[in-house]
Amino acid sequence: MLLEVRDLHVEFHTRDGVAKAVNGVNYSVDAGETLAVLGESGSGKSVTAQAIMGILDIPPGKISGGEILFQGRDLLKLKEDERRKIRGAKMAMVFQDALSSLNPVVSVGDQLGEMFRVHKGMSRKDARAKAVELMDRVRIPAAKERVGQYPHQFSGGMRQRIMIAMALALEPELIIADEPTTALDVTVQAQVMDLLAELQRELNMGLILITHDLGVVADVADKIAVMYAGKIVEQAPVHEIYKAPAHPYTRGLLDSIPRLDQKGQELYAIKGLPPNLLAIPPGCAFNPRCPLARDRCRIEEPPLYDVTESPVKRSSACHFWKECLHG
Amino acid sequence: MAEAILEVRDLHKHYPLTQGILFKKQVGAVKAVDGVDFDLAAGETLGIVGESGCGKSTVAKMLVNLERPTSGSIRYKGDDITKLSPRALKAVRRNIQMVFQDPYTSLNPRMTVGDIIGEPYEIHPEVAPKGDRRRKVQDLLDVVGLNPEYINRYPHQFSGGQRQRIGIARGLALQPEIIVADEPVSALDVSVQAQVVNLLENLQTEFSLSYVFIAHDLSIVRHISDRVGVMYLGRIVEIGTDAQIYDHPTHPYTQALLSAVPVPDPEARAHRERIILTGDVPSPANIPSGCRFRTRCWKAQERCTLEVPLLAVPAVYRLTDSPAKHDSACHFAEEKHVVPTEEDTGNGGEGPGGNGGNGGEGMEANGGAGPKSL
Amino acid sequence: MPEQLPEPLESFEEGQAIAPTGAGGASDLATAEGETLEKTPGGPLGTGPDKKPRSLWSDAWHDLRRNPIFIISGLIIVFLVIISIWPQLIASGNPLDCDLSKAQEGPQPGHPFGFNGQGCDVYTRTVYGARASVQVGVFATLGVTILGSILGGLAGFYGGAWDGVLSRITDVFFAIPVVLGGLVLLSVVSSNTVWPVIGFMVLLGWPQLSRIARGSVITAKQNDYVQAARALGASNNRMLLRHIAPNALAPVIVVATIALGTYISLEATLSFLGVGLKPPTVSWGIDISSAAPYVRNAPQMLLWPSGALAITVLAFIMLGDAVRDALDPKLR
Repeated sequence: MLLEVRDLHVEFHTRDGVAKAVNGVNYSVDAGETLAVLGESGSGKSVTAQAIMGILDIPPGKISGGEILFQGRDLLKLKEDERRKIRGAKMAMVFQDALSSLNPVVSVGDQLGEMFRVHKGMSRKDARAKAVELMDRVRIPAAKERVGQYPHQFSGGMRQRIMIAMALALEPELIIADEPTTALDVTVQAQVMDLLAELQRELNMGLILITHDLGVVADVADKIAVMYAGKIVEQAPVHEIYKAPAHPYTRGLLDSIPRLDQKGQELYAIKGLPPNLLAIPPGCAFNPRCPLARDRCRIEEPPLYDVTESPVKRSSACHFWKECLHG
Repeated sequence: MAEAILEVRDLHKHYPLTQGILFKKQVGAVKAVDGVDFDLAAGETLGIVGESGCGKSTVAKMLVNLERPTSGSIRYKGDDITKLSPRALKAVRRNIQMVFQDPYTSLNPRMTVGDIIGEPYEIHPEVAPKGDRRRKVQDLLDVVGLNPEYINRYPHQFSGGQRQRIGIARGLALQPEIIVADEPVSALDVSVQAQVVNLLENLQTEFSLSYVFIAHDLSIVRHISDRVGVMYLGRIVEIGTDAQIYDHPTHPYTQALLSAVPVPDPEARAHRERIILTGDVPSPANIPSGCRFRTRCWKAQERCTLEVPLLAVPAVYRLTDSPAKHDSACHFAEEKHVVPTEEDTGNGGEGPGGNGGNGGEGMEANGGAGPKSL
Repeated sequence: MPEQLPEPLESFEEGQAIAPTGAGGASDLATAEGETLEKTPGGPLGTGPDKKPRSLWSDAWHDLRRNPIFIISGLIIVFLVIISIWPQLIASGNPLDCDLSKAQEGPQPGHPFGFNGQGCDVYTRTVYGARASVQVGVFATLGVTILGSILGGLAGFYGGAWDGVLSRITDVFFAIPVVLGGLVLLSVVSSNTVWPVIGFMVLLGWPQLSRIARGSVITAKQNDYVQAARALGASNNRMLLRHIAPNALAPVIVVATIALGTYISLEATLSFLGVGLKPPTVSWGIDISSAAPYVRNAPQMLLWPSGALAITVLAFIMLGDAVRDALDPKLR
């Protein structure tokens, strides 16, 4: 297994109390595999990714438990300089906002080249040549001419390609993409997602795709982990989850998105609001919003049950997953 | 169609580009909106979709008079609101209200919810006598699904979805006939989006409102709209009923846009034909000659460089009863089925080809810069 | 571009709710998702922990009350203001009642700080000196803030030519070296009051405030709620007074508080140079100036007034810092 997150806990210490952003997340991704982590704001999906990358702000953040095994080594036990060697070289991240992730006063060629100069000790000239090669690879037209340009001279889609190029520079084994296409227009979104998927196949990388967009997930993911209130509530291969969700939250999300191919009736709306991380409801965190909730859900926190009826391995953190599965 | 309460004709908004610090010289113009026409019938919802920079938000601002058009007219029940006196304009403003995109910046953080929703009454005191206002505000809170007791709270005590409800309540205060909603749900979480969309639909029936619903999310626009206009670089390139646009698009841009929308169905992956456009949207300061979409179009030919296509029913469909008979600004308009339906994915066999389809030919013509099937 | 990207807002929400963008991101957890108080179609949820409306101002006050820096600086300032109004409360003597025979003498019973070069009681003079400093600081700041924020605010709101002219004028004022300007302008006035000094500070200080006010008005003006008011048909006055001014005020208040400290030290500087306040006005600057030649023989003459000055200036700067932290919207 390329990456395995085990029982990860992350908290934030705020002036109003301790916000439990991640509460025991388990997931894994293999080489060549795409795991989509789906969730709304506050679900802990990005915080988990930041913990994996080691870019969590500590404080106010704090990893209060768990393991992050990367190729068998627990990253949380490594020293900072050992982690730095892994970051960039073995795992890389693509952020949502390419404009603010790129340095506005350094040319994109220099920013790309820096990866090679720092990690591989290349000369300025060789690094420049590598930068052009990378820009070609992410299909930026006229790479040779544009290598000296600055980030603001590129369009949103092109900037996101540069971010991808930068992430791929050292051919990492794992890419974490945090909402990589959310800020882009639909037509550009498709270009960028295609590129990412293609490069992933080519380099046989593991990809963790963090998103709130059920459409994007359906397009590229192999398996899905749905997060709610810092926990995984459902995990399954992509086809199974869309066919028959085994958690009421997943079902609610799928039912609440309007369809492109027909007008449809009134949308199903999950009632209420995402939980306050300072005061997560006892029992199942989803219980105040759940149509299936009953007394047990308010008292007993559901473990991640194996969905035994399924031919493939999948799991759901709902006491009544059977009921949910059969609609 | 029912009687139009809003008629927009040849609407333009150009922002001058100037050079020089002291003596400003105009060196060009950003043509944010460059000739937009549409009608809005009483009680209907017109959706306007397009990518960022296409001018849809500028159209919204002109409809509520936050921007003055460079030229063109916006007629509300026959009166051109761009030419009204300030006094007459104030009266019209009551009838056309706006819901903003960002629930975090559209509410004044220093005012209580009661003051925010009550402000319309202070500006238009004739609508509600003073003693009546508090009760009216509480009624509005109730209408949008918020507890009327929250009248004294401040916006930062609410979540994004709740703030958007407050924004909607403010828009409803003056009992307008038209609500212009600019991306009203795009800043919200998926599960909250559905709540707000449903609220907007219910309010429409309850208060017989007409909506101009502007968004980039094509699924939501289809869900809520009766008619849909697709904008590209400051113009509407195709307009029709939701079924006409989504199931029988004839403009290549609409087709590309629809085919690019990720569909929440992994089964569709294998069967979908995606038109991946190359390149970026040209700058609105430098719009291509002829058809403005030609630089990214796989069908483009010489005629497209020379001749601006008009927004009209394409000649080939003029005499038919086909759903493709709707306005489309393309010289080579041709129906193409791009949105996968349940039957397409259900039968698992061949993918949905072009119904009218020689898209492939066009691709050749453009040196392979065209659609790529996935 | 006239149009905004629709999507980055998504990131804004995301960032607000979970991304640990510094201390701000995490504490936003509380405010963005803080209270589940919605009455939803499905029925009411539990209401939040407190039901009192909290305005941003009261939130800021709530923060300030717990900030030790604010408490310390606030107490110092309150003390200063009290003794500048009623110096007799803690000093029974007369600052102008001097006995040359006691010149430069050290501390004695009844005279804890000793005597200065003229034989005046240093303790009494230090206490009485607060009045001039506080007067200059408060009135100069008031003048600067009122003038600067009106001019800057209007320039920011209306923009255009008015803004261009004002910006150039402030540039001119920024180019004038303050001390040199003081030496030139104040040397021609002969007045024993604090007003010429205050007038000079207002004249040279307003551009700084006007620039801050202009910037924060422009920022506030771009918010959608101002557009929303405009779409309702609100007048310019309403937009300016109701929507823009309250939201643009915070940075002005912070800068003004910090500036108050610097005006006090500027007064001392000018008095030290002999162009500020003039005897018989009692001022720390004058006392520091007259103590300078005797610093070896009678250090107490220099120590007490300059210590008082330093503490006063520091108190105002700390107060400004505390207020800034409390009003910083990123922490909300």
